[in-house]
Amino acid sequence: MEPEKEKKGDEVGAVIKIGPKILELLSKIGEIELENVEIKAEELEIWVPTIIPQVMPSSVQPTPQVVTAPPKVLPKKPKEILMAEFKPLTQTYPGRIVEVKLGATKAEGGSRGKVVKIGGEATPSFYLWEEVPPNPPAISADVFDMEVSLPRALKMHVQDVIGNPAEWAKLAVNKFGADMITVHLVSTDPLIKNTPPSEAAKTIEEVLQAVDVPIIVGGCGDPKKDAEVFKRVAEVAHGERVMLSSLTLDMADANVLGDVARAAREHGHVVLAFTAMDLNRAKELNRRLYEYLPKDSIVMDLTTAALGYGIEYSFTIHERARLAALGGDVELQHPTSSGSTNAWAAREAWMKMGPEWEPRELRGPLWETITALTLLLAGVDMFMMMHPAAIHTVKEVIKSLLRRGKTKPEDISDWITVKI
Amino acid sequence: MGEKSVKKGVRELSPLDIYMLLPKTNCGKCGEKNCMAFATKVVNREVTIELCPPLVEEERYRSEYAKLKEILAPPVKEVVIGTGERAIKVGGKLVMYRHEFTYYNPPPIAIDVTDEMPENELVERVKKIESFTYNYIGRTLKLDMIAVRSTSNDPIKFKLTAEKVAGTTKLPLILCTFNPDVMKAALESVYERRPLIYAATEHNWREMADLALMYNCPLAVFSQGNLNLLSSLVRTLLEYGVEDLLLDPGTFPEDGLSETITNFTMIRRNACKGNDELMGFPLIGVPMTVWLKKDSPKEVLQWKEAYLAAMLISRYADLLIMHSLEGWVLLPNLILRFNIYTDPRKPVSVEPGLRIFGNPNENSPVMFTTNYALTYFTVESDIKSANIDCYLIVVDTGGISVESSVAGRILTAQTVADAIKKSGVEEKVKHRYLIIPGLAARLSGEIEELSGWRVLVGPRDSSGIPAFLKEKWPPKEI
Repeated sequence: MEPEKEKKGDEVGAVIKIGPKILELLSKIGEIELENVEIKAEELEIWVPTIIPQVMPSSVQPTPQVVTAPPKVLPKKPKEILMAEFKPLTQTYPGRIVEVKLGATKAEGGSRGKVVKIGGEATPSFYLWEEVPPNPPAISADVFDMEVSLPRALKMHVQDVIGNPAEWAKLAVNKFGADMITVHLVSTDPLIKNTPPSEAAKTIEEVLQAVDVPIIVGGCGDPKKDAEVFKRVAEVAHGERVMLSSLTLDMADANVLGDVARAAREHGHVVLAFTAMDLNRAKELNRRLYEYLPKDSIVMDLTTAALGYGIEYSFTIHERARLAALGGDVELQHPTSSGSTNAWAAREAWMKMGPEWEPRELRGPLWETITALTLLLAGVDMFMMMHPAAIHTVKEVIKSLLRRGKTKPEDISDWITVKI
Repeated sequence: MGEKSVKKGVRELSPLDIYMLLPKTNCGKCGEKNCMAFATKVVNREVTIELCPPLVEEERYRSEYAKLKEILAPPVKEVVIGTGERAIKVGGKLVMYRHEFTYYNPPPIAIDVTDEMPENELVERVKKIESFTYNYIGRTLKLDMIAVRSTSNDPIKFKLTAEKVAGTTKLPLILCTFNPDVMKAALESVYERRPLIYAATEHNWREMADLALMYNCPLAVFSQGNLNLLSSLVRTLLEYGVEDLLLDPGTFPEDGLSETITNFTMIRRNACKGNDELMGFPLIGVPMTVWLKKDSPKEVLQWKEAYLAAMLISRYADLLIMHSLEGWVLLPNLILRFNIYTDPRKPVSVEPGLRIFGNPNENSPVMFTTNYALTYFTVESDIKSANIDCYLIVVDTGGISVESSVAGRILTAQTVADAIKKSGVEEKVKHRYLIIPGLAARLSGEIEELSGWRVLVGPRDSSGIPAFLKEKWPPKEI
């Protein structure tokens, strides 16, 4: 009986049943020879593709060895430190992340005082001994175009500007230190206020006038409505290189993706390509966008799940995406963006939980901070955030991480005896 | 680096590699049907090779046993701290990246006490550490160890404190002092608990190594940011005969944060990808170094300690020593640790189908949620703690949360309608009102069309269920 005959159909990955005795035999003969061997149905299932290459090498044949015991010499204990050098393993990668520029100055056809560049890395996140990343990861502060309900810890910092996106944007740039502003046009949702595209575009114009940092335009999640809004915004913000957040495969299904992507290209904008934790879909969406847009106009959102609510999926998908991109997968060589404000979806971020877990005013922003930092270390290039303390901390950490070699690490050798 | 023949990584290892070295007698003493089945479980790290009695006990398999131990040894050594039931395995990492296999042995979190604390405070703090718990999706998250610091540098004080702590708790201990005489005094009393000796340095390594060998305890090696020295110390200690080592390359919280993160990463990469055996030991992160900056307000230091710990959980710490005992500092770290150490090979999901809570009748509410474990357990605990009698349909979304599965169109009106049919709830209740998660609100119209049920849009977070029911249930029409 040959393995081929055991396969049901000729599909790769069809399962055959092989007993351990065959394997023993194979190890002696060194080739596949399955005649005259009883196959027991209850024995283990093995996938064909795995087994064949494993059986072939002759090295698996047991080599009889005569073990002669050398006279026992008691090891001499070292009296001095034996020197050993630490040589960090360094690697070069065939791929590099494309650099994406957000915002445009007057000279570039927009009106921004500052532009932000993200991406451009040639190593995994903060492998600084291999290469210092050309651009520091950036932070965009969330602003909403209408009254929204927010956890108390968030609301207390923005209550005077809720409902006024231009003022909110100013506060976030001047006081919170945001590098960019994301204006979430939630009121355009047909299920909420169904604000028309023209009015939404006006809001964006107001924010563009209020601050001089790059702007990200957030939709409501309804593919058709977002397409209408984005097309209009792209027009009125011509040349400003805003980022449209976000373009999805749902838009492709609704036959509006091409229109939006074309509008983005025509008016010189960037798009955020959103997929739900699935690298194959992320690649598929990028492929569709390549028909309309140059690579350096696409940023990916691979989904940010909150700490405690699936952050491990986000962590791993970003690590995988970055390693694959550096390994040469061109369809993933885009900077990534994380909606770290999603951290507040975790009830532990905002809920009253009893005195031993208070104050919530610290627990909440810490939740957002840790959600963002975990993804920073997985390779994310820009963060959409909300709480001023979280924004401040993540900015400071990024700064510290990029200071390697420029400052002397503090002396910590006394930590054991420190009196607290 | 990297030129030595790199041994097969965990992903390249096949059941056959293991099988070839097993007795191949199919004796079944391991509890498996045959040796091949056992080999498969060994490769998937579901069982250890020690479960094969003939292999371990019989002289004729000695060289196979040794070979198996070698090919199965993780690139980061597993070291045991403590004894008996409370012993904790540290390190034992098989891969650098979580998606390459899975991370084993979540890093224990040790909280510090000192030998100059008044006795009542000491006992109170130890008890507080021991009783710290949080229930998260059906699991109890806890703190793991006590780090006893000698701030006095007095052997008697340290010995008495170690004894007191050992007498108060069964948690494993870390004894912290660079003074070998002080260390020896405490070890004499508590060595049977197999504490971690922290730490050998370039100045005291020989005395500390003697203590580690004499008392058979694991030994930490501390080298402040100097990885050449760290490698040299490890080489020396291995030659000296100390095998159970842990490495502390220094946790610099601020000016050296960059060194901290890159050092931890370089060390782990050398161990996992470069066959650097001197670096193949568990790493100790010490977020409590933030407390060296005494002039900052307490909350600022707690805040820094919290995020530093989180960064070290992502970047390869196998053990953490912390000072803050505040719930808001520790909770996100306990949860992050749990999350990062879940097995990515297994979807975190629960069985779809109908769940019955309390004693519902034909007028009781019917709700649905997804089969993502986190979502399900959260909803479950909210329903249970409010003593609600109801039916809950768990829709199969492949272990994805409500929000993501709606966005990814895995949760659709059709899947909900199908799940209602399949659940059999239509025979259990008279009414046709379905309470749906607030995050699935956009599906309501279509659900009504496809299922024939009226939809009530519930709260966005399940903690709002009790209040929601109070206000909206029963619907006026019933």
